[in-house]
Amino acid sequence: MFFTSFLNAVPGAVAQGLIWGIMAIGVYITFRILDIADLTVDGSFATGGATAVMLIRAGVTPWLALLCAFLVGMLAGMITGLLHTRLGIPAILAGILTQLGLYSVNLRIMTKANQPVSVDKYSLVVSARYVRDVTIGNPLFVIAVFLIVLIGALYWFFGTERGASLRATGANAHMAAAQGINTRFDTVLGLMLSNGLVALSGALWAQYQGAADVNMGRGAIVIGLAAVIIGEVLFDKLFRNFALKLTGVVIGAVIYYLVLQLVLQLGLNTDDLKLLSAVIVAIFLAVPYLKSRYFAGVKKKGGAVHA
Amino acid sequence: MLKLENICKTFHPGTVNEKTALNGVNLTLEPGDFVTVIGGNGAGKSTMLNAIAGTFKVDAGRVLIDGVDVTGMSEHRRARFLGRVFQDPMMGTAPTMQIEENLALAYRRGQHRTLKWGITKAEREVFREQLRAFDLGLEDRLTSRVGLLSGGQRQALTLLMATLQKPKVLLLDEHTAALDPKTAAKVLELSDAIIAEHKLTTLMVTHNMKDAIAHGNRLIMMNNGQIILDIRGEEKKALTVEMLLEQFARISGSEFASDKALLA
Repeated sequence: MFFTSFLNAVPGAVAQGLIWGIMAIGVYITFRILDIADLTVDGSFATGGATAVMLIRAGVTPWLALLCAFLVGMLAGMITGLLHTRLGIPAILAGILTQLGLYSVNLRIMTKANQPVSVDKYSLVVSARYVRDVTIGNPLFVIAVFLIVLIGALYWFFGTERGASLRATGANAHMAAAQGINTRFDTVLGLMLSNGLVALSGALWAQYQGAADVNMGRGAIVIGLAAVIIGEVLFDKLFRNFALKLTGVVIGAVIYYLVLQLVLQLGLNTDDLKLLSAVIVAIFLAVPYLKSRYFAGVKKKGGAVHA
Repeated sequence: MLKLENICKTFHPGTVNEKTALNGVNLTLEPGDFVTVIGGNGAGKSTMLNAIAGTFKVDAGRVLIDGVDVTGMSEHRRARFLGRVFQDPMMGTAPTMQIEENLALAYRRGQHRTLKWGITKAEREVFREQLRAFDLGLEDRLTSRVGLLSGGQRQALTLLMATLQKPKVLLLDEHTAALDPKTAAKVLELSDAIIAEHKLTTLMVTHNMKDAIAHGNRLIMMNNGQIILDIRGEEKKALTVEMLLEQFARISGSEFASDKALLA
């Protein structure tokens, strides 16, 4: 009884994990590669959803709407980046400011707090309705293909001269500057790329659930961090290659939603969900620190924690 | 090759922490000059190097590199003229990136970063050859993360990164101070060899008077943000630590205030 209902919920949880996995990759770019905790994502996720839904309702092709969401997300990232690098506002605060401002922007885009987009009326890229279908339109299949292309593109980008300079900026800004890298430019670029992906994820999620909501991004950063950390903890030894690391992050997001589904079915009150997420992420963030503090010298890891 | 005209820099002006770090520094380096820089703590040695590198904006004066006025140029734009090695071995490399990735980044210093692949096969061979000459066993570890290397290996790598693209001026900021004596000697030896091979114009800050005397063709001593002594050629070859200390006491009117320098 319990297992059948859980198994029934698995495809939905996996689809949710895959879509949010894109957003987690965005968080990985800022948190792990740039070494910045960027809180813009809570806003830009909803901005992506809002942009895509309103464009689709206005008759724009859903795929084009996704691209627009990506671009608008980049714009949001650029604002955070400029606040940080040009106006000297600490990154975390710059992100919070943009996020807050985006709440109003998102309401403006949607004109009200919630806007539906029905799969009956529009040919959406993904929809929860087909999550158990064995067709090419199954969102699991669509998102999986999407992710393969995306991870491939990111693998390529971070291997280029520009991508390498971006990684160097996050790894050691001092060294990057000494090697002629414009660290401010690269920081902005990284934030743009990250928030573009987050907005893209929001655009897919809005289509999947058939509506954009002004609160859909609340706590997104925590979910993104959870996915990044679960992916790292589980696949640290296994996944050395950059593309595999990104894959690990996506799997981390899937595991997050599977576990969430499980505890919900075990009777957890949905009101307590965010508290549970926050506690879990806090514990996982603390583990590396506590390890280094209390087990220093037992096992030296060098600087291999990042990227 | 390098010209400093009346460089002044005061940190935290108008506060209780106000500190005049550079007080009218004038210095001209001829091509191929290898100048060692000594002076007590707070004399302005590192600040002078940072002023050249553009880490901060100077209050007054001009910095010219090979005839180009770089005074208003940002740190990353000046980088194309400069090779830099720092005191802290953590500072000059990206620990989470591979040895070859670090070298490839340095190989592109001064160039626009494009969407071409970040490292080529041919470059890899160049890096391997150069590292082999260092004799640190790094030539077979191109894909190791730099975070796994020892301080000495990192400094050697940073030195290679600083000179992979021949810089107009090489800035060595106490780059052996954080190393054990044996490793320090090895890194100094490598520095000497590279500087001689490429005839690099070099400024090397050191706490060690013996090193300052033994290396380079010219020695300058700093005190209170000024250059108080400039010795070159035959005169420098005849220098001893005692003579330097005596000179310092005579010119500055105080004892040389660095235990590190005396004990070295």
